[in-house]
Amino acid sequence: MRLEQADLLQIYYVMRLTRAMEDRTRMLFLQGRVVGGVYTAQGHEATTVGASWTLGEGDFIVPQHRDLGMQLTRGGSPRAIMTQWLARGNSPALGRDGQIHIGDMHHGIVPMISMLGESLPVACGVALTMKMRKRSTIVMASMGDGATSTGPFHEALNFASVQKLPLVFIIENNGYAYSTPTYQEFAIANLSDRAVAYGILGESIDGNDVLKVVETVERAVEHVRGGKGPALIECKTFRVRGHSEADKADYVPPELREEWLAKDPIPRFEEYLTGEQILTPAIKAEIEEQVKAVVEDAVNFAEQSPAPNPATVADYVFAPEGPIAIIGEPGSDDPRYINALDQRTGKPFNTVTGTRKPEFVVTEEVGRR
Amino acid sequence: MSAVTYLEAIGQAIREEMQRDEAVFLLGEDVGTYGGAFKVSLGLLEEFGSERVIDTPMAEAAIIGSAVGAALMGMRPIAEMQFIDFITCGFDQIINMANKMYWRSGMPVPMVIRGPSGGGVKGGPFHSASPEAWFFHAPGIKVVVPSTTYDAKGLLKTAIRDNNPVLYLEHKLLYRLPELREELPTEDYVVPIGKAIVRREGEDMTILTYGAMVHQCLKAAQTLEQEDDLLVEVIDLRSLSPLDRETILESVKHTNKVLIVHEDTLTGGIGAELSAILAEDLFEYLDGPITRVAAPDAPFPYAPPLEAAYLPSVEKILTAARKLAAY
Repeated sequence: MRLEQADLLQIYYVMRLTRAMEDRTRMLFLQGRVVGGVYTAQGHEATTVGASWTLGEGDFIVPQHRDLGMQLTRGGSPRAIMTQWLARGNSPALGRDGQIHIGDMHHGIVPMISMLGESLPVACGVALTMKMRKRSTIVMASMGDGATSTGPFHEALNFASVQKLPLVFIIENNGYAYSTPTYQEFAIANLSDRAVAYGILGESIDGNDVLKVVETVERAVEHVRGGKGPALIECKTFRVRGHSEADKADYVPPELREEWLAKDPIPRFEEYLTGEQILTPAIKAEIEEQVKAVVEDAVNFAEQSPAPNPATVADYVFAPEGPIAIIGEPGSDDPRYINALDQRTGKPFNTVTGTRKPEFVVTEEVGRR
Repeated sequence: MSAVTYLEAIGQAIREEMQRDEAVFLLGEDVGTYGGAFKVSLGLLEEFGSERVIDTPMAEAAIIGSAVGAALMGMRPIAEMQFIDFITCGFDQIINMANKMYWRSGMPVPMVIRGPSGGGVKGGPFHSASPEAWFFHAPGIKVVVPSTTYDAKGLLKTAIRDNNPVLYLEHKLLYRLPELREELPTEDYVVPIGKAIVRREGEDMTILTYGAMVHQCLKAAQTLEQEDDLLVEVIDLRSLSPLDRETILESVKHTNKVLIVHEDTLTGGIGAELSAILAEDLFEYLDGPITRVAAPDAPFPYAPPLEAAYLPSVEKILTAARKLAAY
């Protein structure tokens, strides 16, 4: 993928937005405004944003809890995400579920569940449909190192391989499954070695180098789009914070954390962009301003949103009768279809902003430099 | 048109729905080339091709999970469990993935999971399951249990057309039972989910049952009429989730006595919930204890004398019914 200067800035912008959204979410948690568990992914931004940047119109992501970067890259709405964190009545889950357990089939996002690895067979079903409907689109399903120990991981890789499904599996190996270090999770050096067992393309790369991620995943995406079967890319990164905000992660040797903090993907990319004279102090200031504004807007919107109505607690268990559209085909947004609108509210799904790519706007002034 | 078996009726429903709607497809172990372990899907591969009749690896989480993914895309997958016992290998894909999807995301999951359930064929502890109670307890999935050839076809069609996950439990003992052969309507018909049916009218007692036990209960009812002069009403629930409370309550209101019969184990079974509903809603109407006949709280055994001792029989139903009638 030949990345234009503007693309590079957009990638940087989404990485910054991802980090800022998570920092703000953590703050809201510490203030007691976000309840339950908070899972963030500081250090994953190069992998999540870089990998999903390679996707196009009609492609799907099947993200997990550390994939806010993927959600934002694919147009996930910061407002919707904040309403979900704050358990509002207008959140995508209508307060039934929290965190970034968000999806919208019309915009190519499958919502995760907390049983990690279980989304991978579901990704197979999405890819299987694409194959049956003779489409050229693909699915990108991600997981942490922890999920690679589950049965569904192996079942999904095997089934995807046998069926030659258009599926890119992204492993975000961040060193720990909660407190369990990788050497207690598996006994191989590279998780992409598992690709060999399924006869599929596999590669392990530095997951903190966003340009490397884009380049490698782009090749995998082309391979998969070409009907050659699935690919497995391991992006080696590190979880520099705890599993959740309740976890101090004191089981991580301090020097190991320091080592990875020094490899933080955002300053690394910043250094590159500055060296290439793509990121100037003026543009950087403008990006920071826009990031701050987007986060503020999302938090304000969510805080002003209503709480769910307790009287609805037993509602929405079953979908109503009626015709179902095949997602992504002409007319599938026709409101006569049960899955065209969110039938719980009678409104369109609200998980995605209008734009498919993030929207850092380079003003004329800065653009002239 | 000749009479068909319960098994052939299931195959007909799948074939006709696949012809009617290109979103419908079948996936499971040995469903294609081999036609399924019991030959339910015989001939479907030839008719619809390997993209719509998919032989899968031996991997229930992949089968059910793929069905969920395809259903989210708007397809209408039918996921076959070779024996319904193996549904446990894909349990999470049902309970946490499929069941909660519409509720938490607004996106429907129109899919059917079906497979041979029940005992009486010397299948032992891993090929005789009646897993309905696990799913009956879990919000977000419908559970249907056909007992006749007509219902086998009509309920499966409704299940395939439903916009939610539906667990369709076919009873393997009924597959080729000669007395269940039936001439089915040539035109398209469906049996609604959520509607029980009165198989035999009576005024002295209501038997609530479903699946293969319907036939045992009908035999027992006949004996009770001949030998005890008791008129027993037999209700075939057909749909466990949702339950047809109206038909159940209406019947017990006029018979005032109720016997519940199921092949699944006793504790926490369908009968427990039925008992609670009746105790809550019809306390003043009851002239005797709500009585249950079910399998004992033990795993399903293999040896023929053990299997016979385990399964509810006409004899056990008669004994319980006579005791209840004496009140």
